[in-house]
Amino acid sequence: MLEIDNLHCKIDDKSILKGINLKIKKGEIHAIMGPNGSGKSTLANVISGHEDYQVTKGSIYFDDKEINDLSADERAHEGVFMSFQYPVEIPGVTVTNFIKTAINETRKSKGLDDMSSSEMLKKIREKANLLDMDSNFLSRSLNEGFSGGEKKRNEIFQMAMMEPKLAVLDETDSGLDIDALKIVANGVMKCSNDENAVLVITHYQRLLDYIVPDKVHVIMDGKVVKSGNKDLAKKIEVVGYDWLKKSK
Amino acid sequence: MRIFAKSLKGVVNMAYTEEELKKQLETKEYEYGFYTDIDSETFPVGLNEDIVKAISKKKGEPKWMTEWRLDAYNIWKEMDEPLWSNLKYKKPDYQGISYYSAPKNKPDLNSLDDVDPELLETFNKLGISMDEQKRLSGVAMDVVVDSVSVATTFKDTLEEKGIIFCSISEAIKNHPKLVKKYIGSVIPKRDNYFAALNSAVFSDGSFCYIPKGVKCPMELSTYFRINQAGTGQFERTLVIADQSSYVSYLEGCTAPSRDENQLHAAVVELVAMDDAEIKYSTVQNWFPGDKNGKGGVYNFVTKRGICHNRSKISWTQVETGSAVTWKYPSCVLKGDNSIGEFYSIAVTNNFQQADTGTKMIHIGKNTKSTIISKGVSAGKSQNSYRGLVKISPMAENARNFSQCDSLLMGNNCGAHTFPYIEAQNKSAQIEHEASTSKIGEDQIFYCNQRGIDTEKAIALIVNGFSKEVLNKLPMEFAVEAQKLLEISLEGSVG
Repeated sequence: MLEIDNLHCKIDDKSILKGINLKIKKGEIHAIMGPNGSGKSTLANVISGHEDYQVTKGSIYFDDKEINDLSADERAHEGVFMSFQYPVEIPGVTVTNFIKTAINETRKSKGLDDMSSSEMLKKIREKANLLDMDSNFLSRSLNEGFSGGEKKRNEIFQMAMMEPKLAVLDETDSGLDIDALKIVANGVMKCSNDENAVLVITHYQRLLDYIVPDKVHVIMDGKVVKSGNKDLAKKIEVVGYDWLKKSK
Repeated sequence: MRIFAKSLKGVVNMAYTEEELKKQLETKEYEYGFYTDIDSETFPVGLNEDIVKAISKKKGEPKWMTEWRLDAYNIWKEMDEPLWSNLKYKKPDYQGISYYSAPKNKPDLNSLDDVDPELLETFNKLGISMDEQKRLSGVAMDVVVDSVSVATTFKDTLEEKGIIFCSISEAIKNHPKLVKKYIGSVIPKRDNYFAALNSAVFSDGSFCYIPKGVKCPMELSTYFRINQAGTGQFERTLVIADQSSYVSYLEGCTAPSRDENQLHAAVVELVAMDDAEIKYSTVQNWFPGDKNGKGGVYNFVTKRGICHNRSKISWTQVETGSAVTWKYPSCVLKGDNSIGEFYSIAVTNNFQQADTGTKMIHIGKNTKSTIISKGVSAGKSQNSYRGLVKISPMAENARNFSQCDSLLMGNNCGAHTFPYIEAQNKSAQIEHEASTSKIGEDQIFYCNQRGIDTEKAIALIVNGFSKEVLNKLPMEFAVEAQKLLEISLEGSVG
């Protein structure tokens, strides 16, 4: 589904990714770990098509199609979703109105009519229940005055609504207490199936207890330095990243 | 970020640029840019006593009205155009304008069939066909095209309640006592340059009287429209809500695209007697000029209401059009426990300039006022909020809350806030909040990532920013206003 081939990228003339290779198949969950500043969030932004990040070399393929030149909204229409580490506030725009706009714009790109209000409402209720969100949450302004936990839950709610092919979760666990973490992780797992894929970016192994990855990759200095199964994450939790530096 | 300040004044520039989008968007033309060829009868250009007399005669006015106009003309002659606004424009040549233009065939209309077909076509283009409007949830229309009312609907329904809703010309003929008593009572002839000019040459407008204790059962609505090349437009509106009555009045404008600047100097006077309430809503979309700043309407409007005991006046405006806007709908809170409100969204794009705001004059005891102003600037436009909160010595326990928010798009526009506060009574409580923000790239990217393209994202963000004001509009207008915001913002990123 996603294939990243020798990806180099820079922001403001600073090289951040220096030859990333990554292959994610349908139905798989991959995790990316790595120390601060290793390029994890950059990778998420580059996959999503953030214009500040310049791809200098290499390619990103999505469903066997190169998407380097697609804009962020076009990639979203193709089925790429990113859960933001720091979701922005949009005052005056309710969660419901925002997700309705997002879904209908995506449908429009595929030549479909707007989703009917009743269908939309039904779906919103269903997905809100999945994430244990109460209904007044849905009429609040997007992320305005949300707690860290509410913001992340809202991200996963949007993911559940959009039903993307690929969900990139950028530090979705940060700022969550253990109860919220479980709810969010369960939400992700319930949405995960044989037809979609998840890329989890995290600092900590604990999220991976709930979102169990098929593969774990460690990024350091803009490159994947080690790949393995979920035991790799456990090892890192115990011994840190230093041994990988030495083995380089 | 929210700044608490007693006085805030500033120009903000910032850097959010997307060259491609900018080019693409700047080609957006004025959506309602067309010209309807209705046979009009136009006076020779220029202004003198003879022209004033001729206007009055043309309209078959009584002598007192003619004299009132002449008095205004003589006052105006001695006045100078105000220079204090934060506006730069070429002064109109007041002797180069024709001061009267009326559709020639002014028939007595029994139904829409009697209306000039071309005129109907004009309304169709605007999407406000009379036909449709008639059916629409009880909106009574007094349509003003080039200064003279040509059709009035729902009159019978209103008459049953004793409500008078007609053109000001008709009111002068049929209700001279009311007009004589109240015209110029809120905005005196010598109030300001444009008010004096209007008083001398006003061509038509609307008049509304709600009797004691009557709650007007429908939203009253007037659509103004400039339609004749080189014709000034001088509307005069007078709304009187007698004791314990209620009225919601809607005023909406669109103007066809013309090359030369057009002058619009309207006067709106509201009188809210004891325990009465007037809600006055405006959607203004005069031609703003093209992307090079050529053409566009000069909109110099004086709007003011007087509140007697326990009464309330609420101004709501959505200003998206005009090349130059100079407009401060105000409330004189004369009566004890009276309330004044001002809710405004002003959007400027390309080379538009807006200097708008309100004046809340607290005179009575326990008077309250609320000001919510939202300015959105884009392109090379300048958007200023100018407001005065005045607490006179007698106004015990007066309260005011003001909030002025500015949203900027692009790095070539300006947002300015000029709040004036004059408190002469120690018991006054005045709060002023102001914020300036720009549409963040991170907000746009967030929307993009959810499949919402940049243009739609901006519309969404701006609608959210303006929500507090949009919510104050009557339903019929809220939808139209949102549409207007989107249209005027389609050329907004630069």
